Formats: sequence, C-alpha cells, structure tokens
Amino acid sequence: MTGQNVESPRRRTAEEIGSTDRGPRPLPGLGTARFAEQPPRIDTMLPNGLRLVAVRQPTVPMVELRLRLPFAGTEREHAARAELLAATLLTGTTRRDRVAMDTDLAMVGADLGAGVDPERLSIAGNALASGLDEFLDVFADAVTGAAYRDHEVDRERDRLVERIGVARSQPGTIAREALQRRRFGDHPLARELPSTEAVRAVDADQVRALHDQLVRPSGGVLVMVGDLDLDAVADQVGERLAGWRPGPATGGLPEVPRIEGGDVLLVDRPGAVQSQIRLSGQAIPRHHPDYPALQLANLVFGGYFSSRLVENIREDKGYTYSAHSTFEFTGDTAGILCEADTASGVTAAALLEIRYELSRMAVAPIAEAEVTAARDYLIGLLLISTASQSGLAANLQNLATAGVSLDWLREHPERLRAVTVEQVSEAARRYLAPTNFTGVVVGDAAVLGEPLRALGDVVLP
Amino acid sequence: MVDHLLHRFTLPNGLRVVLAPDRAAPVVGVSVHYDVGFRSEPEGRTGFAHLFEHLMFQGSESLEKLAHFRHIQSSGGTFNGSTHPDYTDYHILLPSAGLERALFLEADRMRAPRITEENLRNQVDVVKEEIRLNVLNRPYGGFPWITLPPVLYRTFANAHNGYGDFTDLEQATVEDCAAFFDTYYAPSNAVLTIAGDLDVDHARELVERHFGDVPARPTPVRPSFAEPAPTEERRGEHEDPHAPLPAFAAGYRLPDPHADLDAYLAHLVLSGVLADGDSSRLTQRLVHAEPLAIEVGCRCGLFTPLDARDPDTFLITVVHPQGVDQEILLAAIDEELERLAVEGPGEDEVTRVVARWAASLHREHDRLMSRTLQLGAFELLFGRAELAAELPERLGAVGPSDVAAAAKALRPESRAVLTVRPGSAANDDTDGGGQ
Repeated sequence: MTGQNVESPRRRTAEEIGSTDRGPRPLPGLGTARFAEQPPRIDTMLPNGLRLVAVRQPTVPMVELRLRLPFAGTEREHAARAELLAATLLTGTTRRDRVAMDTDLAMVGADLGAGVDPERLSIAGNALASGLDEFLDVFADAVTGAAYRDHEVDRERDRLVERIGVARSQPGTIAREALQRRRFGDHPLARELPSTEAVRAVDADQVRALHDQLVRPSGGVLVMVGDLDLDAVADQVGERLAGWRPGPATGGLPEVPRIEGGDVLLVDRPGAVQSQIRLSGQAIPRHHPDYPALQLANLVFGGYFSSRLVENIREDKGYTYSAHSTFEFTGDTAGILCEADTASGVTAAALLEIRYELSRMAVAPIAEAEVTAARDYLIGLLLISTASQSGLAANLQNLATAGVSLDWLREHPERLRAVTVEQVSEAARRYLAPTNFTGVVVGDAAVLGEPLRALGDVVLP
Repeated sequence: MVDHLLHRFTLPNGLRVVLAPDRAAPVVGVSVHYDVGFRSEPEGRTGFAHLFEHLMFQGSESLEKLAHFRHIQSSGGTFNGSTHPDYTDYHILLPSAGLERALFLEADRMRAPRITEENLRNQVDVVKEEIRLNVLNRPYGGFPWITLPPVLYRTFANAHNGYGDFTDLEQATVEDCAAFFDTYYAPSNAVLTIAGDLDVDHARELVERHFGDVPARPTPVRPSFAEPAPTEERRGEHEDPHAPLPAFAAGYRLPDPHADLDAYLAHLVLSGVLADGDSSRLTQRLVHAEPLAIEVGCRCGLFTPLDARDPDTFLITVVHPQGVDQEILLAAIDEELERLAVEGPGEDEVTRVVARWAASLHREHDRLMSRTLQLGAFELLFGRAELAAELPERLGAVGPSDVAAAAKALRPESRAVLTVRPGSAANDDTDGGGQ
C-alpha cells in the first residue's frame, strides 16, 4: 500500500505503531451508576377482554403499538391460512380499500404490518403522536372490518407462493425447517412456513372464517409506548375497539414436546460453500427459579461476544463470523438454540468445539469473573434495551404474552445479583450438557460426510 | 425532532469532537468515524478497509486481544464497527457510568493498535466466513451493492467490491496494515461523537485526558471520486446460483448531497413516492395492479440515504417471476418517471412521504446508537452534525415541482441496469421443506 497522498517522513512498522514511550495504561474504573426512572404505565383489561399496557415515554413525538393474539391451530391447513391472513389483513376493510389503508396511515407518518408464527398473530406499527387517533382508527378498522376481497387474496396468494420460494432458497430457512422437524416432529411449531401447495389451496372464505374465529380480543395483549396521555389512552383505545367482540375459541398452542437430546442430523445441500450448525436443548422459562442462573450460564457459554464459544471458534480459530446461543420461548416452556455458520472444510471441527464448550460448561469449573462479567452485561443490556420506545415496547410485549409480571424488568438486576457461581454451575450441569442437545447440520454432504462420520453422534443422509 | 444543543470542539491533534447531551436515560453512545472507506483502498487490495476494521478490535498497547469486547460487555455495553464507501465507524453503547472506559478503549486503539500476523490471518478467516454468509452462500447476496457499481461506475474506487476478493484478502500483509493505519487513522482524520447521558464539561475533560496525547500526524488529502455520469445506458448481468427468481437493479446518479442538499432530498422524496408502501406509484402498478413484480424497492444510496459523498447512487430494485420480461418492467418505470416529471406528484403524495420520513427520523433519533452514528457521519461527511435535527424541516420544504425535477433527471440513458439471472442450484431448493 503506497498512500501516495501523504508526505510522511518514514513508515513506521506495526511494532512501532503498537507501543508508545509511556507504555500501557490502566483501565479506568466505572463512574457512579445512575438508575433509570420507571416511566408511568397503565395495565388494564378492556371490557372486550383485551389487555392494554400503555407507557408514557415521550422521548420523541411517536407512538409504538404492538398487538399479539393467540393464533395456534392444530389443523394441517392452519399454517397456510394463517400466513395468507397475515398477508391480506391490511389490504382493505369495508370502509377502506388497499390504497386508502396505506394513504391514511402515511398521512400520520404511520407504518403497520402483520406477521404470524405457529403461536401468535402480531400486528405492529408506529405513528407520529399527533396522528394517534387516525392511526388507531385504521388499526381498529383492520381488526374489526378486514374485508379479504377476493382479488386481494388472489394476488397475495400468488406473491406468498413466490416469497415462500425465495425464503426456502435461504440456507438459514432450510436449516430452521430441518431443526424444527428434528426437535418438534409433527407438532404445529414445526410448521413455521407452509408448503406452497397448501397456500395455493386456501380461498378467501377460509381466510375470512379464520379471522372470524381467531382475530378476537380475548387473550390478546396490546402494548403502546410513546408520547401518550395515560389518562385518556384507555378510553381512546376502548372506544375505537368497542366493536371488536370476544369470540368463542382461543388459539392456544398444544403442549410443546420436550426437546430430547440425540444425534445431529446432517441435511445435504449439494454445492454449499458454508454449513449451518443448529443445536438445541430443553431449557426453562423466565418465571422458573433457576432461570437467572441458566441465563448467566448460557451467556458464559455462547450468549454474547465475550463468551467461551465466540472466543474459541471465531477469535481463536476463525471458523465462523458469528456464533451465538439464545433462549427461545414457546408456549409455557423454553429451549436454548446454539447457531453457527462455518465453511465446509471446518464444519466438523466447529461442531467438535461446540460440543467441547458445552461439555466444559457441564463438568468443569466456571470462574467467578465469567459470571460477574455476564451479570453486568445483562444488567446494562436491560437499561439499553428499554431506553427507546421500540425497545421498551418489545420487552413489555414479550413479558406480557409470556404471562410474566411487567415489574420483572425492574426486578431482574436484583435477581441476577443474587445468583451464586455454584448455582450457575448447577444450571450448566443440568441444561448445557451436550447429551441434552439435538440438532442439524445443513451443508454439502459430499464434503461433510466423512469428517462428521469420524466425529460421531451424527446421522448421515 | 427533539432539539438537543450540540457542542463541538477540536483537540490540538486535530480530532474533531461532537457532544450531544440528552439525560433522558442513563445511557451513553460513543462513536469514532475515520475518514476512510472502501472507496480509498488501492487496486489489488479490495476489501482492505473492512479487513482493517476487524483488526482494530484485536488489541492495542494497553489491551490484550479480546480485552476490548470483554471490557465493554462487562460494563453492560454493546459495540460494533462498520465500513462504508467513505468512512469506517466504531461504536459503543453502554450505561453512562462506563463513559470514561469507552473513551479509554477508543483512544488506546487510535494511539497504538497492536497489529500482528496471527491476528491478521485469524481475521482474514473470519472475514471470509462473513462473505460466505452474506454473499456467496445465499440468494441475492451482494445485490445490488456489490453487483451494480461495476456496471454504473468506471473508476476502480467506485466500481470495485468493498467486501473484497478472497485472493486480495489473503495477500494482505502486516506492512499494508501499518501503512494504512499511519496514513488514514490520524486523529485529524476522525470525528469522535458522544451522545446521551453526559455532562458537557466533564465529557470534555475526559476527552482531553484520553485523546489529548494521541500524536498528531499529517491529514491525508482526500481524493475526489468524481467521474462523469453515463451518457448512454449501461447493462450488466450477474448469474446467481442460489436465486430462485430473476431480479434487476436500475442505478442512477444522485445530486451531490454536499453541494446541493435540497436536490438530493427531492430524490429522497421521489424514492418514497415511487416505492414506499401500497399507495406508492411503482408498488401500486407493478406489484398490485398489473401485476408484474413480487417486490419493488427504491432508495437513495447503496445502503442508506446521506451515507456517502458524491458520487452516490439512486436505486430501483425489482424481483419478478420467471416469464415476465424485464424490458416491460423498465418501460413501466420509465413511464411512471416521465409522468412524474411532466405532471409532478400531488401535494398529498408529497405530504405523506415527508410524514413517513419524519417519523422514521424520530425513531432513528430515539435509538441512541443510531443517533450517535448519524451525528458522527453527518459531521464527518458534510461538516454538519446539525443536519440530524434539521432534516425533517428540510424535507418538509421539498415540493411537487422539486420531485418532478428529480424524476426528470432519471433518464434511461443515464442509468445502469444490472440483471440477476437465477442459476441452476436454486430450483432444487424451492419447496424443499415439509408441510
């Protein structure tokens, strides 16, 4: 590299650059921690059975809105119908056509979107606070009066088929589907993405019937955060949603099967230059007494950058760009999911290292410093993740739909401080042992087959 | 937009500093923007600016490898870095009790990063995994930010792949790194931004304490990356083995955002009129009415608006089913642009787009890390961190005739079209999943 633009007296070497006359300096300590003030909040049940959580946090003149409704179904066709419902929910009502929905939203700077998973329907958006009334009007119009006009359903069905094709060409989606089947078998949780045949078979009447059955306020949670008037908002929302009546059925999820440990399944993706490693084990939900200890153990293992896993397979060995381990909350239980994408040539070695780090968590000592670092990270993260309107709304929605007290956020630092290193070790022993994990590797079997066979505990295609 | 007063000063070594106090939450954002991006890397060293960004996390005189991550995370914070066409940023978000620690970490690597052969080889491997993940092993990887520029631009600086070729990455040496650091990472070539829970006097004192003795070095002369706009349409093709559907990107040149911000903002409004939401013109026509496309997108900049100096790119992207002729889609785009150029958009249309931009700027401002990065980037690129607060009003001043003028400039002969041809591998995957 020549850097012809600069008149430099002499090039320094890397060694010269890396040291100064004064030498290394000590790391400054931390200043005094300021605690976040708890913003005012209301938490109320509307007459139609919808729970409303609203927080005044007027950091910017916006309002975030998030609705979640129980939306599970046991019929095989449910996923396809639900997916098409989410794609067409905002394409028109008896009062507005598709374009009017969008123009009315845009006039108040608003966005609104709908999405569905095997457990819930989500409608989320935001608007300028000055346009809250209009925003709520469009939102209420959609949940109470979505029309599912034939031509919109026909059009969205075609697009959905194409979009599913695009999604299934993503290695991440292929790995996700394989993992869901591996750990949940035929449970509805394994049907995150419907087949294109099933989507093609859905008609507008079926979508309308599903809306009538499950787009109901009972069991739902509406979270609003932003520049709100808390004295008025419950009445305002209640009035707008007065026509939304409770229904007979709720879309509860059938009991989630336990994730049983077992061999890793190799799924062939011929010609792939990189493999997806996805391992998962049974964990516990937030309200379980061992949760804080396991949360810390998971962080030490692979839950953040300064974890054993990242320091090993990324920073030491360069096997991956990103590796991480996270909780997934489903129904009233939870799993741990460990993910890494690695080049084909090092995939078996990366799987070996992941198993090694899990084993080490389960049977070897965990240092006090590791637990302290993980705890201080989590406590800081709670502050950071609730400082924005959207972050706070997401946090509250997650707690509310899981049936956890909203004070959990405020109380959690204390809970984490009370955890001992022994408790973290105990949680790691119980939940992070590699024998508790099952999973998949998606990649080029022609390259991966032999080394994975040599490694063992892998089912080859 | 919440209007917090900005404070700025320059240290004797040339480091520019922007302070943006806001004590709403006990959290603070720190960023350092260096005035070098992938447009500055020399031929034979594609991807070097990004690779070097990785190396800046690998330790410095006072910090062993891994110490940077550990100190930030054990202070309750998060960090990252990113490489853009014209700058590279490093950022930390953490509880405000950790402010001095964050400044110490940034100052230590600005003063004396430790660049070793072992860390270089390790990070070349990591970067190659990043490229496999984001480009080589997925459909539409690098579309259009890697694949369009070589069609639209003629100079190496503007046209080359900023992620880099594997052969170039593998040939990078420790000596290259030392020269790159000495040339481009001078304090006078950087902007330090601190936003959030801070006391101005105290923050200033901390900045002077930690950055004051970073030795001054010559400020590199920034080359112009200007090149003439196309005078006839340019076409290119890219075969994507993973893509299930054809796609294309049409790229046009944007007005220089520094010299003529209002003209640039007119293009920003135009992008919303064309493709933001179901009521936008291209979405209505191509996705819903006719319908010829699966997705239509439009934006200013290869990544985000106002993120690069001139020359910058106005983008229209379309994903469409097999069997739909790309020329019909291009003709429809031209027709809509022509109509806008002649008739202009309606007042309401402009109002709606501006309202949505204002809302998205508010949301960006509400996320402290985004706000810190925006202030730093605007200060570095345009010398005007204030722009962050002024943008909603500046956008509000854009009228239908400005948008019409912007549409008029987007002529077929002034654009490049990059076509993505689906490869064979994709067809095996479609619907490979279960129920």
